[in-house]
Amino acid sequence: MRKLTFLAAAAATFLAACSQQGPGESAPAAGASAGGAASGTPVVGLALSTQNNPFFVELKDGAQKAAKDSGVQLVVVDAQDDPARQISSVEDLIQKRVSVILLNPTDSSALAGAVQSAQRANIPVITLDRGVDGAEVASHIASDNVAGGKMAADFLSKALGGKGNIIELQGVAGTSAARERGKGFDDEVATTGMKIVAQQPANFDRAQGLSVSENLLQGNPDVQAIFAQNDEMALGAVQALAGKNKKVLVVGFDGTPDGKTAVMNGTMAATVAQQPEEIGRLGVEAAKKLIDKQPVDKSIAVPLKLLTKE
Amino acid sequence: MTLQLNWSRAATLLQRLGSVIGLVLLFIVLSIMSPDFLTTGNLLTVLRQVSINALIALGMTFVILSGGIDLSVGAILALTGAVTAGLMAAGHGIVLAAGAGLLLGLVLGVINGALVSWGRVAPFIATLGTLTLLRGVTLSYTQGSPIPVTNSSFALLGGGYVANLIPLPVIWMFIAFAVCGFLLRGTVFGRHVVAIGGNEEAARLSGVRIAPMKLAIYGLSGLLSAFAGIVLTSRLYSAQATAGTGYELDAIAAVVLGGTSLAGGRGWLFGTLVGALLLGFLNNGLNLLGVSSFYQQIVKGIVILIAVLLDRRQ
Repeated sequence: MRKLTFLAAAAATFLAACSQQGPGESAPAAGASAGGAASGTPVVGLALSTQNNPFFVELKDGAQKAAKDSGVQLVVVDAQDDPARQISSVEDLIQKRVSVILLNPTDSSALAGAVQSAQRANIPVITLDRGVDGAEVASHIASDNVAGGKMAADFLSKALGGKGNIIELQGVAGTSAARERGKGFDDEVATTGMKIVAQQPANFDRAQGLSVSENLLQGNPDVQAIFAQNDEMALGAVQALAGKNKKVLVVGFDGTPDGKTAVMNGTMAATVAQQPEEIGRLGVEAAKKLIDKQPVDKSIAVPLKLLTKE
Repeated sequence: MTLQLNWSRAATLLQRLGSVIGLVLLFIVLSIMSPDFLTTGNLLTVLRQVSINALIALGMTFVILSGGIDLSVGAILALTGAVTAGLMAAGHGIVLAAGAGLLLGLVLGVINGALVSWGRVAPFIATLGTLTLLRGVTLSYTQGSPIPVTNSSFALLGGGYVANLIPLPVIWMFIAFAVCGFLLRGTVFGRHVVAIGGNEEAARLSGVRIAPMKLAIYGLSGLLSAFAGIVLTSRLYSAQATAGTGYELDAIAAVVLGGTSLAGGRGWLFGTLVGALLLGFLNNGLNLLGVSSFYQQIVKGIVILIAVLLDRRQ
């Protein structure tokens, strides 16, 4: 009985001692924010989701170039698309007492804890390309998808002389990329004589882009253009058109290597290219501003570029 | 005869000490090279980072000691994490959800054991099969998207601290180490694991019942993987369908670095802990020093190769 009481008491003490807050994280950690400054050049950490995707490698290159230009030391860590690894590498950056963390999350839902630990250590976090749910960040830098959708509509309007029928292939329903690209495109088309005769999700996937395009073309023979919310679906649409003997302009989004090649070959009319290097550059510039105690916009939109054969 | 025995003992001792010496050397070098390394905060951070791998590697040590291998640990971790998060999302309590996750891990491990013993499938192939199968099950269960955790007290399990200082996963790691250490050194079960790994036929002839032993060994590995999966889900505050990809290799690396022979029959549990710490400090130190992640993998690969080469020389 006495043993049992002891065990219960021990368990109670143990539970009482448990808390959500760790060492040093609760304290304001005065030295933390000035940590980088102590050694002369400020240090900025860049936590990448992966370097297996050329998009993020270009993002890193842009950040490294900008860091060189603005006299900032950039430390790059890579999560290999594993959120657990990314939490560890963000913790390492916190221990290194970097001045700012540029975070390109592997996943919007898993990194809130890491962002909060950084903030408890007085290190501001800037998210790149993807946001983090459930945590406030100093700034979010990503492509201006609404403007990109508008760009695609303007291009088609010019190419088709202001009128024509369009099919729209949409991305995964509910994602911000699909929502924003669609909004920019649809709103701009509404101001012209062109008409969207059909729109359906093909989930950013090439195979689905092919089958959805085939179905929609079957039901709408009089179509002059197809707008796909990413290059993969656009390439599927190109396949669907391959057997048919008619002129349909295909416009994609992202500017992936495959997409760019298709534009050069003339199978795609254009693609709205993202500028990952620019995302990296603006990330480092925003970090520099935070270090110099200057204000930074909560949300920074990175311009897109329309790529055509010319 | 006596001389030979002493030699092999000396060699074993050297190999065992090798991992400890490696850890101490790494520790000293990193302390000198990075001013941020030798701080309480950083050391506790590394302990927390290695805890997931250490939990899996403890189970893996038993499997490897018995002459087997378990490639399905990362897949078991992902599925049990997803099921635990899924049950909580459906409104069930923490105890039921985590209990179901642990039970599932145990059952999946026992299935591995059954394939290996009764099915007479080589452990590498059997667990490669369950690895692929369970990855598929996890993807269909989650539909490929993360399952967010809705219960805020569940976050304590992987993200909490004792006395505002020691991360809870570190406590779990040491408790699991103590329990496993007792199993291995203080029970008949542990002696039989080593006997099977040393010479399965001899063990069988001397009365060890091989099949139930293998069910238990792989079951233990599945159970610890499930526990790691629950702690990881709590830390990420969401269950990821692709969680734990490649963790089997990290766990095997920790066991081998710790001086346990891949041929089975020879090894120690403390070495596995040292091996996991070695990998953790290596990752952390190279990050602190700002070494590119490409080179980090090269360094990690070389360290593992050296450990395996040392093992071959025995």
